Amino acid sequence: METLTSPLAGLRARGIALGGAITVYLLLGGGAVFLLVGCLQSTRFAQLTVSGLAVGAAYGSLALALVLIYRATHVINFAQGELAMATTYIAYQLIQWGLSYWEAFAATLAIAFVLGTALELVVIRPVQHRSVIAAVIVSVGLFILIDGVVNWIWGGGIRFMQSPFSGSYDLGGVNIQHLYAGMLGVVLGCVLLVWALFRFTKLGLGMRAAALRPAAAALAGVRVDWMLALGWGLAAVLGAVAGMMYEPSQLLLTPTFMQEALVYAFAAAVLGGLESPGGAVVGGLAIGVFLNLLAGYLPQVVSLEVPFAFAVLLAILLVKPSGLFGRREVSRV
Amino acid sequence: MRGRLPALGSIAAVAVLIAVLPFTLSSYNVSLVAQVGIFFVAVLGLNILTGYSGQISIGHGAFMAIGGYTSAVMSRDHHTNLIVTMLMAFAICFVLGLLVGLPALRLSGAYLALATFALAISVPQLPLQWSTFLGGTGGVQSHTTVSDRWIYGAAWSCSAILFLLAWLILRGRVGRAFRAVRDSEIAATASGIELSLYKTLAFGISAAYAGVAGVLFVMATNGFAQPTEFGIILSLQILIGAAVAGLGSLWGILAGAAFVGLLPQVSTSVPVIGSDHGRDVVFGLMVVLVMLALPDGFAGLLARLRALVRA
Amino acid sequence: MTALLELQDVEARYGPVRALHGISLAVEEGTIVAVLGPNGAGKTTTLRAVSGTVRRSGKITFAGRSLGRLGPAAVARLGIAHVPEGRGTFSELTVWENLRLGGYTRRGSIEPELERVFTYFPFLSERRRQHAGTLSGGEQQMLALARAFVQRPRLLLLDEPSLGLAPVLVAELFRIVRELNEKEGLSVLIVEQNAHLALQAAQNGFVLEAGKIALAGTSEELRADDSVRRSYLGY
Ligand SMILES: Nc1ncnc2c1ncn2[C@@H]1O[C@H](COP(=O)(O)OP(=O)(O)OP(=O)(O)O)[C@@H](O)[C@H]1O
Ligand SMILES: [Mg+2]
Repeated sequence: METLTSPLAGLRARGIALGGAITVYLLLGGGAVFLLVGCLQSTRFAQLTVSGLAVGAAYGSLALALVLIYRATHVINFAQGELAMATTYIAYQLIQWGLSYWEAFAATLAIAFVLGTALELVVIRPVQHRSVIAAVIVSVGLFILIDGVVNWIWGGGIRFMQSPFSGSYDLGGVNIQHLYAGMLGVVLGCVLLVWALFRFTKLGLGMRAAALRPAAAALAGVRVDWMLALGWGLAAVLGAVAGMMYEPSQLLLTPTFMQEALVYAFAAAVLGGLESPGGAVVGGLAIGVFLNLLAGYLPQVVSLEVPFAFAVLLAILLVKPSGLFGRREVSRV
Repeated sequence: MRGRLPALGSIAAVAVLIAVLPFTLSSYNVSLVAQVGIFFVAVLGLNILTGYSGQISIGHGAFMAIGGYTSAVMSRDHHTNLIVTMLMAFAICFVLGLLVGLPALRLSGAYLALATFALAISVPQLPLQWSTFLGGTGGVQSHTTVSDRWIYGAAWSCSAILFLLAWLILRGRVGRAFRAVRDSEIAATASGIELSLYKTLAFGISAAYAGVAGVLFVMATNGFAQPTEFGIILSLQILIGAAVAGLGSLWGILAGAAFVGLLPQVSTSVPVIGSDHGRDVVFGLMVVLVMLALPDGFAGLLARLRALVRA
Repeated sequence: MTALLELQDVEARYGPVRALHGISLAVEEGTIVAVLGPNGAGKTTTLRAVSGTVRRSGKITFAGRSLGRLGPAAVARLGIAHVPEGRGTFSELTVWENLRLGGYTRRGSIEPELERVFTYFPFLSERRRQHAGTLSGGEQQMLALARAFVQRPRLLLLDEPSLGLAPVLVAELFRIVRELNEKEGLSVLIVEQNAHLALQAAQNGFVLEAGKIALAGTSEELRADDSVRRSYLGY
């Protein structure tokens, strides 16, 4: 469970008191130690942890998509999950048409990028300057619209999508499915690529500058509007990765399969602090593992899984109102 | 809803229209217009919270669920009169709203939105856990059921009473305090308004409104309260209604309520696409288009028109 | 010869508020031009009108091209660097990243530019990896200037660069601006409260009052003008 930001320097720059940061790192370190010891103690625990991390990576990727958009425009994109769902259907369709899984995967990422960018240009940009709330409502409208369109094209029934991974291998006596290792690898790989783009390229620097201070970025010659559109494109790509990797863990493809994931991605993003990309990924992993262990060891509370997860989240928020890695806003109360 | 009652003329016009409609419409259409009345109550409640105290909630469906279940369970177990259950729902949701409002004090903006979102997701799960009392997936059937006309009358009477109540609240000291809180929290604290008191109060009032809407909502589904009816979509519908309504205008709230109350039903019959999906495609598209055209909602449009007329 | 930058009857407004009521001015290539005026006169707005960060109308030409419909990013790409009032550095980014953004409109490596800038502002070289927000106010002001230099503009718009700087640094800053002007032919439009320094550095100047040009001339003419002396030079 590594974070993406260079640990303390990044946090300090965000103006977090070092004391708070240390508490957070102690907490995360404690969690990691707990997981490690548990994995060594019990194979069942280890398996639950691995599959939890894999699913959590998908939540994290979707959460990262939400954070990218939130950082740039303060819009919470409710349509992110449905967009991921729709692009997964596109991958499914491409495979039906004869592409191999990974060809379809790559093509879908490209399509997702175009789709995300186009949505920003056509429906988000015109309202965003005038009202953030209106932009959020537009994304709610997109949620419903995309849902309807997918149902219209593919129907509401269950589909089976070919899984890219099969079989399992043995790691120190623990049987690990390729599926989970693959999910974890692909999602985190993509997340790392996006991180590298932001961290090491001129384009990435421009996107960060545009998100931080649009007016100053424009004065430096950054085409801020384009950066925001690209941000939506990248977010859609991350969502598509999350969708395509999450789908095999759900076994079935239905128009609603990303809705639960979106809820957990929200939780992950909030847990991480909404403005912290690394925090979103860590948050996703944490929530994935937490829920998986909960379901594995306390099956009697399964129907309360969501409320329970949110109760924990709310408790964390009450202690740290801006999430684990969030900037502390000026306290007003 | 600002300082004075909106032109009495327009209120009278609405009242007459509402009173005459049931005699001219088919039973199905009466139930549709009743639906609008139910959303009117919920949107009005959210309008008080968002518009007058600057807090946002994506979780008002949860309060509708609580109100609806209160009514259904009381009716099932004690055959309680529906008017009484409505008052109970109002009271219970008011208290719960205050309780939710308290932690909400520590959260702002997007965090509050997501916390209330969590509420909307979580509450409909509760009946599944306590299924003997709350009926599980099967839901709770009220003892009494009522006719479409009855619901129509109830929904619009509630609308009228609660609108008047909102006006009375917002007109006076409390309303001024709400607006002060919204416009500048720091200034409000400085001017001695007890910020937390009023923020919490706004949450309570608006939750109570949603509770009443929930009771009506359950009555409109033949007295049957079911978890799936209170999903996240319901919360989003109320939010959309409030956004389409805009701020503090009777006509705006009517438009917002009509938008979410009528459009999905009406567009179910769009021929090309087919029932359910057609509804989602049309409704989703309309939400996007309306927000593109009217980022400040219907109230914003009215304000602009009024400015045009005056100029 | 036409001027590098020319404003003709430029108006600018913030919503319903009009801040410039038709001003005309010119900056010849290779000159420094000072803009003086009381608070709220529209000095900042004049620079904003050029860089496209405020809604404006009228004719603005730069090197023969009309800036009329261009946004800030496009204006920057034409070779105009605007250092806004109150710095405009990215405090969340590192010093190096801030400088890199200065060279955002340039192709290829910015290393030569950085070397050049570091000779003017040596302290930046050691602080490359530090977050700009952790620099002192004056250091941030210099970072903002350095960023503009990396951009290698033909025209530099400076808005009260001396604000918050120690007197020694202000003098140093003006020395650097003049050096760039003399050695590299950089043209500068500078807004400055310190009229004394500004008129010393500049060849020409304008006095803005209530959104209109009240006075224009060479630096010597302005220095000799009674009202300028009383209001801005204080003797
Ligand atoms: N963002 C804004 N919105 C509305 N009015 C503005 C805005 N910025 C400036 N103004 C108004 O425009 C006029 C000119 O402002 P400007 O900032 O150009 O003045 P200035 O000459 O730079 O003053 P100073 O010396 O104080 O920096 C002022 O009356 C000011 O109130
Ligand atoms: Mg100024």
